[in-house]
Amino acid sequence: MLRAGAVIVVFAVVAALVGPLLTPFDPAAQDLALRLAGPSVAHPFGLDELGRDILARVLAGARISFLVGLTVVSVSASLGTLLGAMAGYFGGAIDDLISRIVDVLMAFPGLLLAIALVAVLGPSLGNVLFALTIIGWVGYARLVRGQVLRAREFEYVQAARAMGAHTWRILWRHVIPTAMPAVVVQATLGMAGAIIGEAALSFLGLGVQPPTPSWGTMLNGGRAHLLDAPHLTIFPGVAIALLVLGLNFLGDGLRDATDPKSKSSNSRV
Amino acid sequence: MPLVEVSHLVKHFTRDAGLFRAGTRVAAVNDVSFSIDEGETFGLVGESGSGKTTTGRCLLRLVEPSSGTVTFRGEDVLGFSNKRMREARRDMQIVFQDPYSSLNPRMRARDIVEEPLIIHKLGARAEREARVAELFGLVGLNPAHLDRYPHQFSGGQRQRIGLARALALNPSFMILDEPVSALDVSVQAQVVNLLMDLQAQLHLTYLFIAHDLRLVEHICSRTAVMFLGKIVEMGPTAALFAAPQHPYTRALLSAIPVADPDAPRQRVVLDPTSVNRDAGLREISAGHWAAV
Repeated sequence: MLRAGAVIVVFAVVAALVGPLLTPFDPAAQDLALRLAGPSVAHPFGLDELGRDILARVLAGARISFLVGLTVVSVSASLGTLLGAMAGYFGGAIDDLISRIVDVLMAFPGLLLAIALVAVLGPSLGNVLFALTIIGWVGYARLVRGQVLRAREFEYVQAARAMGAHTWRILWRHVIPTAMPAVVVQATLGMAGAIIGEAALSFLGLGVQPPTPSWGTMLNGGRAHLLDAPHLTIFPGVAIALLVLGLNFLGDGLRDATDPKSKSSNSRV
Repeated sequence: MPLVEVSHLVKHFTRDAGLFRAGTRVAAVNDVSFSIDEGETFGLVGESGSGKTTTGRCLLRLVEPSSGTVTFRGEDVLGFSNKRMREARRDMQIVFQDPYSSLNPRMRARDIVEEPLIIHKLGARAEREARVAELFGLVGLNPAHLDRYPHQFSGGQRQRIGLARALALNPSFMILDEPVSALDVSVQAQVVNLLMDLQAQLHLTYLFIAHDLRLVEHICSRTAVMFLGKIVEMGPTAALFAAPQHPYTRALLSAIPVADPDAPRQRVVLDPTSVNRDAGLREISAGHWAAV
């Protein structure tokens, strides 16, 4: 599973990086005479309602998806790890405050909260990143808090205190590294979530604005032509499904690989 | 003046009341007093859960005591600010029981031993490296193994790394919290001999926490016996082993295994009703106190 996930994700990353080299067409260039044309040799994925090359747009959309995934995951993982570590290590009032904020945010359906936030702040890529980060960090915080509660009692953490280490040094050098394998797994799965979140918001017109190509806005554009030109929907849809599947495979594979209890049974990952 | 003086030390652990249970309070350490002279090895023995480890941790404030006083060289340790406490830790160190969980598995041996020097900003990089190599030699490890990770060492070697880490700051007082109980018997002897050598060489004072009484008899000048959070007997080791006064001490001493299987032995079983738990310590003979 780890290998299958890695192959899909690496393929998508390479496609996003070298995308413009794979097709001679500009993702924004229109050929109105050929609008809604189906797949052909010149345009393997066909053309959309404004006569733009869908392959070029899917490749350009991959960049947006990765931009959103990487930004949301790195910011929310850092923020969640820091706050979760503080909650777990200090306990008491700090833990209560952070844990209650986490509880409140977890009580909302994540995407609904993101929609509400973007609706209030206005549709833009920046606000999508902000909204997805707000709903994203809580998962890391809860995960890391649990790991830190365990790590706090390790004798090497006690030893660092006995040496006279500052709290921040203890957290940074001894406590947080213990939680990192779990955070990496969560980040891989979280990236899939962020990519779906961006696609959903863009589909609803709350995300990336035209003419910038995003898989979500492409799905929205194809909605009116589901019956007469299904290729408008199929290709960006398959792209989303494949990338998310690959990231989930990768995350599950990493989880099995880093879980000492399942090492023997998963020797074939 | 004693190096370390503990008086009326108390540590309660409380559990808050929940929806379906009442709050509970456990006195892990209950009114414990003793003092340790410079250069001596003071033994603290008792069964699991008797409070000996908690007592040791309270001295270093790894666990904050509920009440009582701890003085070190006449200074009130419990009154230290965080900053002063960090400085004071240079002088008082601890070696933990479990050589597997006391070393960070993600750090190389070199970094583990160097960390206290970095924390206290002692020496430039080259000086620190030289000091780490010196400490490695001091505890009998091969400096060629400095770049190994903890899992590449045996239990005894790992305990030596923990010892090197504790010695890095040149402490005068060390708490040895069951330092050999997790090791094979053959390795135990090597580590105990190393501890004795280091004590003579570096003029260390030890608080030796143990449940292995043979070991305590061998290395401690004075010994205190803890039972249910209290010291029930304390005195010169020889006197305490020769003429135990408290019923718990008698039961504990009778449990020491004897090497000769044919030797006549009588196991004393502790009769809980024979223990007066409210009795205070009184002096039986010079320096020998018992709560009877």
